[in-house]
Formats: sequence, structure tokens, C-alpha cells
Amino acid sequence: MGKSLISGAVGAALQMEGQRVGLLDADMQGPTAARLSGAEPASLQVTEDGTEPVKARTGVRVMSMELLLKEGAPLTWHGPEADSFVWRGAEEHRALREFLSDVAWGELDWLIVDLPPGTQRMLDLIELCARATVVGVTIPSEAARSSADRALRLVRGRKARLLGIVENMAGYVCDGCSKTRPLFAGSAGRRLADAHGVPLLGRVPFDPSAAELADAGDLEAMLTATTAGAAVLSVAKRLIQEVDSA
Amino acid sequence: MKFLCVDCDEQMQLEERALPGDGTLVAAFRCPRCESVVAMLTNPMETRLVSSLGVKIGGEEVPDQPLQGVRSSMSGGREDAFTDEPIPASTTAVRWSVEAVERLNGVPRFVRGMVKRLYVEYARERGITEVTPAVMDQARSDLGLEGM
Repeated sequence: MGKSLISGAVGAALQMEGQRVGLLDADMQGPTAARLSGAEPASLQVTEDGTEPVKARTGVRVMSMELLLKEGAPLTWHGPEADSFVWRGAEEHRALREFLSDVAWGELDWLIVDLPPGTQRMLDLIELCARATVVGVTIPSEAARSSADRALRLVRGRKARLLGIVENMAGYVCDGCSKTRPLFAGSAGRRLADAHGVPLLGRVPFDPSAAELADAGDLEAMLTATTAGAAVLSVAKRLIQEVDSA
Repeated sequence: MKFLCVDCDEQMQLEERALPGDGTLVAAFRCPRCESVVAMLTNPMETRLVSSLGVKIGGEEVPDQPLQGVRSSMSGGREDAFTDEPIPASTTAVRWSVEAVERLNGVPRFVRGMVKRLYVEYARERGITEVTPAVMDQARSDLGLEGM
């Protein structure tokens, strides 16, 4: 839960740390990365290098199906309705491949790929990018741990590097006293990190003020003025350390 | 996908392709030696599946362009999602020799843009104004891309 917000916020935090960041929204059916990043829908410029991504307010370069679809329109493909399950996945796989290869990302330190729920798109990505590195995002509950554990085992089975775990919704930031109170039972982040021998990169609490700022596309304010934002900044610093020490 | 004339051991050439508009596709192929002709018909589902896998039968329907698959297959997209007028590219300062372009065209299309950018950035960083096969060889060696 909350993978897109974590992806966008971590991307913005890395950019604030002086890194060059791209954000690829691989959730073709439920794209939100552009809106969360404050990237205004604009006609995408086509150059000899490819299609230029949109720049978010934080400077992160964003590519998302959201930028191509009409407001509120679902993603559909030309073709016969009958048996569309046969080729729909292939179309989305091709879209991911083109977002990787045909977008003029320029020189980046990080290309963050926000994956949809499930494992199919993650496997597509690992197939397309041999060096793909995965960060697991979970909430504290046992049900989430079990689901994330299966996905992470799949990742490791494909020899992709698992960089660490982020626990999202790790408590609730009280509006009144600003203290973080328990929200979900469990410690999925710690347990997953231990089980897979990777660091727990951080625990990000649910913070209504952060959610409000993210909804408004103001990740910079979210990162600098909220408890959840501070936790995300800490995750970003830890990510840089992990990659630098590899 | 290719068709082979078994008797002549020759690759058959595309003779004709037709898109009747109902989602089906008809293509005819002729053996250049014995003139035998075979025809292939795909139903709408097969046509869509083959297209989504990036297989092109008998040439292009739309010009080669970035995000071509998405642009040609997606419905419900914004009319103004892309600008028709390309802006000057940052890579135009680096020219490509004919031989280098031919070699680049041998790279699978889905990674070609990425590979091209690597060479252009390599050239630009070193003040090289034209990418040639020799520059490509040197870049592969310097960047550790021998496997690409």
C-alpha cells in the first residue's frame, strides 16, 4: 500500500539530495506519478533523442501513462474486445519497454520505476533491465508481509538485487499532538529485512498532512514540513549510502 | 518471422499486404526463384497479439517514432499528448557517419535509443563531432560495453 507515494516522494528526496532522478510510472492502468509529483500535463516534446519526460516541480523527470491519457479516461487499446486478455498484457509490456527505451531520460543517477500491485510488471522489468535493483515496500501487517515476501522471493529467484525494505504506514501521526501512534499491528518491515538479509531502509508513518501535500503535488513541502517527509528523506539518504557502499 | 520456399531454399518476399479494416490481416509472399505464392491470414485477435509483440508484417503503418507502439495502439489518449514539431535535439551537435548509422541500425530497436545516447554522450564529453564505427569501437572499449 502506498507504493506510488513512496516512489514519488523518495524520488523527490533523492533529487533534493543532489541526485539526478527519473520516475517511470509502470502502473499503466492506475497511473498517479505525474499528479503526485506535481508534473503538469503538457504536450510531450519529441526530439531525435526520444520523447522528453515532463519535469516535476522538484526537478524529477517523469514519464507516466497519465500524461498520455485524457482526464479520467481508462487505458484501453485498439483491437477486438474478444480475447483481449491474450494481448493486453503484451501491450502493457511493450509500453514499459518503450517508456524505458524511447524516453530521453538523459543522464540519471536513479531511474525509479513505480510498479503496480502484483508481480507481473516487476518480472517484465527484471527481464528488460538486467541490473534492476528492487526496494520492497510493505505496511506492518502480517498479511502484507506474507504477500511482499512471496514477491521478494520471486525477485531473488531472478537474481535481481534487493536493496532493502521500506515500511510504509508505520504508525499514525496524530494531528493534535504530532506524536506517532500505532496504526497496524505487526512488524513486517523488520521481519522482511531480516528474512532476506537486507537493511530496513526506513519506517514512514501515515501522516494526513503529508498525504494532503502529496495530493496537491507539492512533494517538496511534504518532505520538508511533515513527519512522514522527514522519514522519506532519511530513506533517500540511506539508499544513497547503500548504493555508494556496494 | 520469415517464410521459406522449401523447394528452392529461398526466403520468400512480401508480395502484397492488405488490412481490410475488420482487424484481419492478409499477406502474400512470393518465392523470388520459382514464383510460388503463399498467403497468410490472421484473425483480429492474432493480428493484435502479433502487433503487440512488436512484429511488423510487410512494413510500417506509421513512421518510426518514439513511443510508436503506445501511440499507434492506445485508445482514449489525449490528442495533444505529443507535439508534432520536434524541438532541436541536444544531440544534433554530434553527427553520425553513414557507416555508424548502419551499424546502429543493427542494434535491436527497443534498446537502440539508449545505445545511441550512450555513444552521443561519449562523443560530446570528448569533443568528438562525428560518431564513426571507430568511435563506436573505442566507446565500447572505454565504457565496458563489449557485450552490447
